[in-house]
Amino acid sequence: MIQAPPHPLSGGIELATHKALSTRTPIATPPLPDTFVIPLNPQAGAPAEPQVQAGDRVLKGQQLARPRGPRGAPVHAPTSGTVRGPVVRPVPHWSHQQAPCLLLEPDGLDRWCARPAVTDYRRLDKDALMDVIREAGVVGLGGAGFPTDIKLAATRGDPAPLVIINGAECEPYITADDMLMRERAEHLVAGFAVLRHLLQPEKIMVAVEDDKPQALAAMEAACAGQTDVQIFSLPARYPSGDAGILIRTLTGREVPSGTRAAELGIFCCNTGTLAALHQAVILGRPLISRITTLSGQALARPGNVEALIGTPVEHLLHFAGLRESDMHCLIQGGPLMGHSLHSAEVPLLKTTNCLIAGTRAEFPDPDPTQACIRCGLCADVCPVNLLPQQLYWHARAMNHSQLQAHNLSDCIECGACAWVCPSTIALVQYYRAAKDAIQQQQAKSAKAAQARQRFEQRQLRLQAAEEEKKARRRLAARLRQQAQPPQTAPQQATAPASLPDEQRELKIQLSRTRVQLKKATRTLENLSQDSPDAARIRQQVQSLQQDMDQLQARQTPASVQPSGSPP
Amino acid sequence: MMPLEHRSSPHSTTSNKTDRMMLLVLIALLPALCVRTFCFGWGTPITLLWCSLIALGSEAVLLALRRRAPLFYLRDKSALVTAWLLALSLPPDLPWWCSLIGTSFAMVFGKHIYGGLGQNPFNPAMLGYVLLLISFPLPMSSWSPADGTGHPWLTFSDSLQLIFLGKPIDGWTMATPLDLLRNNNTLTMPELWSTHRQLSGLVGPGWLPVNLACLAGGLWLLKKKVIQWQAPVGMLAGLAIMSLIFWNGSGSASRGSPLFHWFSGGTMLCAFFIVTDPVSGTSTRRGQLLFGLGAGLLTYTIRAFGGYPDALAFATLLMNMSAPAMDYWIRPRTLGHGPHLKERR
Repeated sequence: MIQAPPHPLSGGIELATHKALSTRTPIATPPLPDTFVIPLNPQAGAPAEPQVQAGDRVLKGQQLARPRGPRGAPVHAPTSGTVRGPVVRPVPHWSHQQAPCLLLEPDGLDRWCARPAVTDYRRLDKDALMDVIREAGVVGLGGAGFPTDIKLAATRGDPAPLVIINGAECEPYITADDMLMRERAEHLVAGFAVLRHLLQPEKIMVAVEDDKPQALAAMEAACAGQTDVQIFSLPARYPSGDAGILIRTLTGREVPSGTRAAELGIFCCNTGTLAALHQAVILGRPLISRITTLSGQALARPGNVEALIGTPVEHLLHFAGLRESDMHCLIQGGPLMGHSLHSAEVPLLKTTNCLIAGTRAEFPDPDPTQACIRCGLCADVCPVNLLPQQLYWHARAMNHSQLQAHNLSDCIECGACAWVCPSTIALVQYYRAAKDAIQQQQAKSAKAAQARQRFEQRQLRLQAAEEEKKARRRLAARLRQQAQPPQTAPQQATAPASLPDEQRELKIQLSRTRVQLKKATRTLENLSQDSPDAARIRQQVQSLQQDMDQLQARQTPASVQPSGSPP
Repeated sequence: MMPLEHRSSPHSTTSNKTDRMMLLVLIALLPALCVRTFCFGWGTPITLLWCSLIALGSEAVLLALRRRAPLFYLRDKSALVTAWLLALSLPPDLPWWCSLIGTSFAMVFGKHIYGGLGQNPFNPAMLGYVLLLISFPLPMSSWSPADGTGHPWLTFSDSLQLIFLGKPIDGWTMATPLDLLRNNNTLTMPELWSTHRQLSGLVGPGWLPVNLACLAGGLWLLKKKVIQWQAPVGMLAGLAIMSLIFWNGSGSASRGSPLFHWFSGGTMLCAFFIVTDPVSGTSTRRGQLLFGLGAGLLTYTIRAFGGYPDALAFATLLMNMSAPAMDYWIRPRTLGHGPHLKERR
């Protein structure tokens, strides 16, 4: 029943896995910590909206906050206790980010809230089942934390979708999915039934790397008799577990650049997510715990734990026997794609699959960077066939058009190129920075384009309004002209129309005369009586005075008319 | 708790470093050095040491001028690789000033003028070689006879005097097999072989063992994954294709068999150590195959129809020039791209 994958993995690297460190003991359950730290925006996006207040007593599994955006997930209480906060706390993020978190002080009773029991999910229709999954806060536990219900809803198969369960945990150290398959394969198989109900897939493919023989055997035993399930044993080669690469290895199909696997009719999720789905639907349990690997040479008792979301990382490390003085670095995720944490105070997230407390000997300082000698080893190992070294040159030159021409956006940041680089060039760092810069530039130019469009549209609007006004005037004038001939008294007809013009003319003349009169009067006052000009100006004043009187006499009847008679 | 180390992923890297790769190249050149010393006398190791000294010295000076830490950059051993490749291409008992000019030209104009290691468009050693070949054709074509040609064996002090004092020794140079073949118009191959002591067996004394030693070193580098197979295979294939086309059996117009071309002159050195130079070559594997093929075709063309008996340096430099264009045109298809896929930008 176990098969080899039909398509080879191109590129990739073979790594020392260090997996035996954490697979010696069964999955353990650590004691409750003193305080849980529950981030309100564990993934990117707006923070969830708290539904409880500081001091509220909550029960295990109770919803604490609702998502604000479409990509968010609700937040649940990992145990019963008293809520404090929200406060701003450091969260696991590469840039030492702080984010609003709720604090929860456990009461030690670990009492569950009333769980809506799904007696038989088969009776629920698809939408209702999706609601159950969304309300349980199920997200992808492999790394991105994308809400599973959205992914499920987006999966359209023609005629039937394909389900791929990703148990290829290709990064060194991480064994969470391995242990899950070894110990709880039957949960996963129960999850298959839910997926069958939701998606009616043509096939369910399970992919496990061949360095996990026990997990493979457990899955094979649990899937016995299920004809639509195929189990694949992948060669242990990093990064065989990347979704896009796994899909190619298993099906030969490629997810077109810029699209999602769901659009190809493929639903790909990792084993942890499937287990969470099973718990949400069959047990009615929201996603409040996950299996996390605690590993690294600074731990006396490395192993896997079923950890409650929001448990401070420090608490888990101490449970695993942390030797603080030996810990040189703390990595969340694997050593190839994970990121180092600044502090062990941060909480465990839904996406924290592994915590590595590494010693200095285990993670020595990298050698100083040397010049790139264009050896091309990076291109040999790139699983998506990029030219990392060309990308590096263009990233250094900030040549965005060349970076895009070399498909930088298709880089999955697996780090194989940087791992293999003999000159210790931090290639992935360059790519991340370049991706950010391109994104920022695109956002900026999109904004500028929008502003230009807005301006142009406004100009058009103004122009159109002006045209319309002119057209209306022309129309009115034409109407007036058309209306003219039937009139019996042409003078009467023109009078109302010409009156305002005549009146305006009068008004202008009047004010001009008034100004001239004023000016002349003032000049007259300033002149001495015997000046030769005086007589002339006096005469001028008198004539102006007469003009004004005349004008005023003419204006008075005209100014009354417009207001007095309707047009 | 100690402050935690913060770093961008990946958090671990390979132990295969650039200076280690350079060291492996030097080690792979050792058999060729030994065999060449055995066949052509002490001139080779003396020139090699002399070139190494000049290369290291000029690299240090240039690094200091460029305000780089000399000790850190000298550790990458790339200067030594250039010096050794040049020394193993030059005639064994070349006067000291020739190697001085060639090596320092390679370091200054072949490497540092472009920004040092990784930036040079041309293979520095070949650039130095071509400069010497064009500027000083006489010493560059004065090859000490190989052991087995019946000439008196040059002692260590003979070689020292030849190199550093320029003291001539009667009849110490001989035409190389490639020279003889290029200048031959009248003799059939068996006649040519029987009248010249430099020619015997496949190529002639000295040249076959040196090329075999280079081949052995190259195969070891392949096994160590320091070089890839594409460029050497391309080069040898190009040479074989051309020599097969123009091979006229044993007639007087014959330009030599593919095997003759493979194992004479510096063919194997070039195929495994020169056209495999990653810096001045192309970066894709398909490109390297083409690069090697081009180098092979050009080598044969110049050998057979050009003005120089051995044309490896010219062929390499010409291919170096076309490498950027090859890098531009030869790109792999990125996963998720292609005419059969509906991409979304």
